[in-house]
Amino acid sequence: MSVADYRAVRTFASPHAHGGGEIRRTMRRVQLALTPATLFGFWLYGWPAFLLWLITLLSVLVFEFMSLRLAGEKDAGRILGDGSALLTGWLLAMTLPPWSPWWVGTLGAFIAIVIGKQVFGGLGQNVFNPAMVARVALLISFPLQLTAWVAPLPLASLAAPGFIEGLRITLGQIPLLDAMTSASLLGFAKTELSRGVGLAQALAAGHAPQLSWLGVRAGSLGESSALLILAGGVFLLATGVIRWQAPVGVLAGTLVPAIIAHAFAPEAYLDAGSHLLSGALLLGAFFIATDYVTSPVTDLGKLVFGLGVGLTTWVIRSLGGYPEGVAFAILFMNALTPIIDHCVKPRVLGRTWSGRPVSLAAPPDARGGSRHGA
Amino acid sequence: MGFMEKFFGLSWGIHPEDHKRPAADAAVRVMPTPERLYVSLAQHLGAPALPAVLVGQKVAKGDLLANPRGPVSAAIHAPTSGLVAAIGEIPAPHPSGLPVLAVTLEADGQDAWSEALAACADPFALPPDEISRRVAAAGVVGMGGATFPSALKLASSRKAKVTTLIVNGGECEPYLSCDDRLMRDEAGAIVDGIRLMLHASGAKEAIAGIEDNKPEAIAAMRQAAAVHGEVRVCPIPARYPLGSEKQLILVLTGKEIPAGRLPGDAGVVVHNVGTAKAVHEALRFGRPLVSRLLTVNGGAVRNPGNIVVPVGALVEDVLAFAGGCATEPARLIMGGPMMGLSLPHARVPVVKGASGILALAGAEAADHREEACIRCVSCVRACPMGLLPLEMARHVRGGDLEGAAKLGLRDCIACGCCAYVCPAHIPLVQYFAHAKGALAAEERARARAGAAKKLAQAKSERLAREAREKAELAARRKAEREAARAAEAASSARSAKSAAAAETAAEGTPA
Repeated sequence: MSVADYRAVRTFASPHAHGGGEIRRTMRRVQLALTPATLFGFWLYGWPAFLLWLITLLSVLVFEFMSLRLAGEKDAGRILGDGSALLTGWLLAMTLPPWSPWWVGTLGAFIAIVIGKQVFGGLGQNVFNPAMVARVALLISFPLQLTAWVAPLPLASLAAPGFIEGLRITLGQIPLLDAMTSASLLGFAKTELSRGVGLAQALAAGHAPQLSWLGVRAGSLGESSALLILAGGVFLLATGVIRWQAPVGVLAGTLVPAIIAHAFAPEAYLDAGSHLLSGALLLGAFFIATDYVTSPVTDLGKLVFGLGVGLTTWVIRSLGGYPEGVAFAILFMNALTPIIDHCVKPRVLGRTWSGRPVSLAAPPDARGGSRHGA
Repeated sequence: MGFMEKFFGLSWGIHPEDHKRPAADAAVRVMPTPERLYVSLAQHLGAPALPAVLVGQKVAKGDLLANPRGPVSAAIHAPTSGLVAAIGEIPAPHPSGLPVLAVTLEADGQDAWSEALAACADPFALPPDEISRRVAAAGVVGMGGATFPSALKLASSRKAKVTTLIVNGGECEPYLSCDDRLMRDEAGAIVDGIRLMLHASGAKEAIAGIEDNKPEAIAAMRQAAAVHGEVRVCPIPARYPLGSEKQLILVLTGKEIPAGRLPGDAGVVVHNVGTAKAVHEALRFGRPLVSRLLTVNGGAVRNPGNIVVPVGALVEDVLAFAGGCATEPARLIMGGPMMGLSLPHARVPVVKGASGILALAGAEAADHREEACIRCVSCVRACPMGLLPLEMARHVRGGDLEGAAKLGLRDCIACGCCAYVCPAHIPLVQYFAHAKGALAAEERARARAGAAKKLAQAKSERLAREAREKAELAARRKAEREAARAAEAASSARSAKSAAAAETAAEGTPA
């Protein structure tokens, strides 16, 4: 054909090529990385866990859709398809006690999506991680339900509830018996310490780290299997979805003080292994502290952010009133993110860190840490 | 990208699919001169050239059409022999399609070079200033796309005592292969041009940086440069935007050009391989820059390849010569896909800086919907200048242009890496172009307002001075008048008095 008739519908700004990256692809990858730990959670805690996960996910989609329509968004369905709300709901479900009644999931979804995200202006605008906002709000409002950890009853085992029974548990028709519940390791340690029992004595009986690596322990729906969460994290690192700075920061921030404190006072402070393998530390390190929206933009900033999350977590766990502190620590550091971003900026090529033009005399390396080096 | 490079090498820039072959491997074709040429008078950086011909005048190929105007400008010559049919406005090769002044030439079909053009057997015997002068007379501008008048660069390099001439054979833009083709086919001419530029600029050595995805060009250039010790060929990793001046200098010499300064301040100057070829033509044969090699490529083009095109040929004619389009192009671009200009239609002329004409098919140039920024910082990692594109865009969107400028908007080179990697398809470059334009307009307005204020102040001062002088004059006159009157009165009084005295004296004078 002749190009004489060609008329551009509209002209475009450069570039005229695109690398093909998409928000939905990133979200899908994170969901994929969560899948093994989630499936393991279903197996470990049975039908109620699956139902809770399903209800939470459906709830976030409903709340996201409603919020978008309320905001006057005509194409709400397409925005829903970016998968960000689904991921928020998924992460929230991972942190809930697996046998929580349905309304915990739904209320959590409401808090996460409406209060934690849409009120700020939707995707990319929220200051705090929505899943953690919901988790903390629920924990403070409903401490009983949010600490009702069940001992693992794997699907195949005889005592595991069937589908109907599971449905009734999720609908809140069967009250959790004390016999079924069990304290998490961190909660147990905190209780014993507050009773004046030393850790060595308290943990002598049932402390088995290898079980924690596999995840056969009482805990949240998706936080139990360290190995599977780690695998998901490695997958995200390998696909370039996340960078190593935040996870390494979180782990170092908790484990380094834990090792030091435990070395000096083993009776009063938990060992690093217990910190690593219980609670939400690994999930937080790889999936929550790496949240794009609520963490700093530079690599150095991410490292500072991670260290802050880790250290705050250890402080809350060891010295605070709550046995678990990852969610609080993340919200705290979320609040500091704008300050970190203000203080930690990359060096512009041709300028010093303070923004003045570089001098021609000194070689670039002498000006300290250049990512522009050949 | 090798393992080592991934972990220890350059962390900035991108690796777009290059789409250079098969166009790069096809032999160069020469486009016959079309019947009419539209030679734009604004095809270089700086002020548009001033027409030096009249309508109806006959010109030979290479005759001067327009003179440079002002300190930064370039001469423009007739790309073929024929008749000046018109001097008027035509649509510019720019997304806006705004008019630009152009000389319309009606080709006579002879395509005969002007006899006034003199060949020079030994240009190395010429003094450096004479080389700069001849390069200026030939209308040579930077062929990489920036179109800065080359003679000015040569002269200023000499003043800045430049030691190293960097020859840019990077051609990091995808789809384009005209520099690659030129190096493969005319390495001898390029090396000769490089040596002439060394002579003119006073630099001691030349480094030709060529991306390692062009092994044939590297081999050809090495062979041509082998006999000349001062010209070194240096392969560089294929990475966008390594062909960008500051990045190329950094990789080849390790020197970092301070913000707001020129490479000359660091003893370096960068010229494109195409410019070297144009300098060779201008010095050896006296031929001005009237045609160029450009790449015609893109999914919609039937026979992609490199074509020698006379300056002023319409894009439409070039595409037709290349074999036409197999499908309707989704986007028509002059330049490369990363920094090129999207054309409103094909009836715009080829200019000296046009390195390519791309007719992209639908799949290559999908029009994405802009989504919300999720702060994934892909743009921060891709930015070759170390900027924070997401933060700059946030400020621009909020109307805080000064805030964006504080974050380094003026350091942005508009390479497009950020927008290329953005998963939310945010047109970041457009944001920055808008902000830069608005800031420049603001600065101009401020300068104008300042000038107007100064004038107004001068005027009011002048009026006040005039009024003062008038008043002073009036006062002086009044004083003079009064003094005169007083003197008159005094003298009349005196005369009266003296008369009276005389009378008295006369009367009462004792005898």
